[in-house]
Amino acid sequence: MTLVRHTLYMTLRHLRELWRQPWFVAVTLVQPVIWLLLFGALFKRVIEIPGFHSNSYIAFLAPGVVVMTAMFNAAWSGMALIDDLNRGVTARFLVSPVRREALIAGRILKEAVVVVIQSLIIVALALIVGASFPGGVGGVAVLFAVSALLGSTFGALSNGFALIMRQEEALIGATQFILLPLTFLSTTFLAANLIPKWMQHVADFNPVNWAVVAGRTATSANPDWGLAASRAAFLAGLLALCLAFATNAFRSYQRSV
Amino acid sequence: MEYAIEADGLVKSYPKGVTALDGLSFAVAPGSVFALLGPNGAGKSTAVKILTTLAKPDAGRATVAGIDVIADPDRVRRTIGVVAQGSGVDIQATGRENLRLQGQIHGIRGRDVEARAQELLERFGLADAGDRIAKGYSGGMQRRMDIAMALAHDPAVLFLDEPTTGLDPEVRADMWSEIGRLARERGKTVLLTTHYLEEADQLAEHVAIVDRGKIVAEGTPEELKRELRGDAIHVDLDGEYNGTVTRALTELEAVRDVTVEGRTLRARADDGGRAVPVVLQTLESHGVRVASVRVARPSLDDVYLKYTGRTFDAAEAEQTEATR
Repeated sequence: MTLVRHTLYMTLRHLRELWRQPWFVAVTLVQPVIWLLLFGALFKRVIEIPGFHSNSYIAFLAPGVVVMTAMFNAAWSGMALIDDLNRGVTARFLVSPVRREALIAGRILKEAVVVVIQSLIIVALALIVGASFPGGVGGVAVLFAVSALLGSTFGALSNGFALIMRQEEALIGATQFILLPLTFLSTTFLAANLIPKWMQHVADFNPVNWAVVAGRTATSANPDWGLAASRAAFLAGLLALCLAFATNAFRSYQRSV
Repeated sequence: MEYAIEADGLVKSYPKGVTALDGLSFAVAPGSVFALLGPNGAGKSTAVKILTTLAKPDAGRATVAGIDVIADPDRVRRTIGVVAQGSGVDIQATGRENLRLQGQIHGIRGRDVEARAQELLERFGLADAGDRIAKGYSGGMQRRMDIAMALAHDPAVLFLDEPTTGLDPEVRADMWSEIGRLARERGKTVLLTTHYLEEADQLAEHVAIVDRGKIVAEGTPEELKRELRGDAIHVDLDGEYNGTVTRALTELEAVRDVTVEGRTLRARADDGGRAVPVVLQTLESHGVRVASVRVARPSLDDVYLKYTGRTFDAAEAEQTEATR
């Protein structure tokens, strides 16, 4: 109960912080729109490639953009934690009885809230420009859930690294290093049968691809629920590991003070 | 007697071979104000970090309110309030939100937490600023906010790590009276670290001088100064009375080292305050007229010099050099 309550306090704190930065909120909301429209226009004709079994690239792309947006935002979650470290805010929490898990979970839940709002915008926009999601509301809900899982995973990782690195430059470098390769080593932009064989194998181990695959099948006309469930389970397992990592990273920070 | 804070042989070194604590031991009586006095880098902050469960010592043990800080950090955290050296105020939140959150994580809820926040805002002169974002607070306001936050759950033991460093002299004087007020509250134990001799002298009932990770002297400010064996007494005479004066005073037990140069008489006394009336009476009875009397008390700076072999300023400079 204490953990739930502490997590709630922390989540509200971070959401309030976000709300007070209207420009940041604006950019956060506009960014996925740009991605969807930009990539949608750029790759519009890839559906003409033989073997691309889809008749709307936007409909194919939308789940990928949802997942990508979730990851790209949550992966910067640790930056705010470094701010808190530098300002002594974290040290103050650590000498209070607040649960360490709540300090991480609060940040991640905030990211999850943002992810869901961004996802709503992307799906709404995709519908407006003519895409359809035959999987229906249930399928879209699964898409949101897996992106929230992926976002939370990256949020936890980012916070863990923030506690270990404690330096904005280092964290920026590490984050940039992994984001784009993970995006491109997946079926976000192209169907699996059209990307090189070795990439397909790599993608099988890529959590970004787990989320894309699960989200895409759930929103399709004939969802493969077994596939979606297995990928969601992988993501949940990975999230649990990353949460444990981030919570333990407080020890690394405390050794340094 | 059960001590409110007890440190026993604390050792802590950091990577790169910096020894911050080298067997630090002290004990603080409940309800008292205790100061750890020393230059920057002497190990005071490290001691506070260990006692407040933020850091772990390499060796030694410590208790706060009788609770072992290493074995049971969570219970210690419920008992203490901490004002760290840097501010811990969330500058994106309002003062009230900061206080509310502190209260909430200590289990205070609903109407109680709102009332407590309001009470603290008023008490620290922040009532008008309470609903403004803390980013706009002045240095003094942020520091007051820090102390208010540390008091959110009415802790039995309060740690103040360099509470007035970096504040303007006026603001510092305000902080002193605020800390003094805290100390008089029933039952609160305050551990204060400072590198201002004046601050320790003014606020603390007990002072421990820290040098290179160890306590080198400890006692009330008065005791520490008294150990220097003597205040200096200066008497300006109303004329030259050399022979008479020396003869009259050397027999007194209250003073020693009597010297007269022209119209100035100098002597040392264990307790200048007590010696002065005796000296004056003796001089008067020998017909010596006195123009003025001055007693110079030894300062904590003198005490520091005595125990560490260097002046406080030299120690600070040395430390600055070492950390460069």
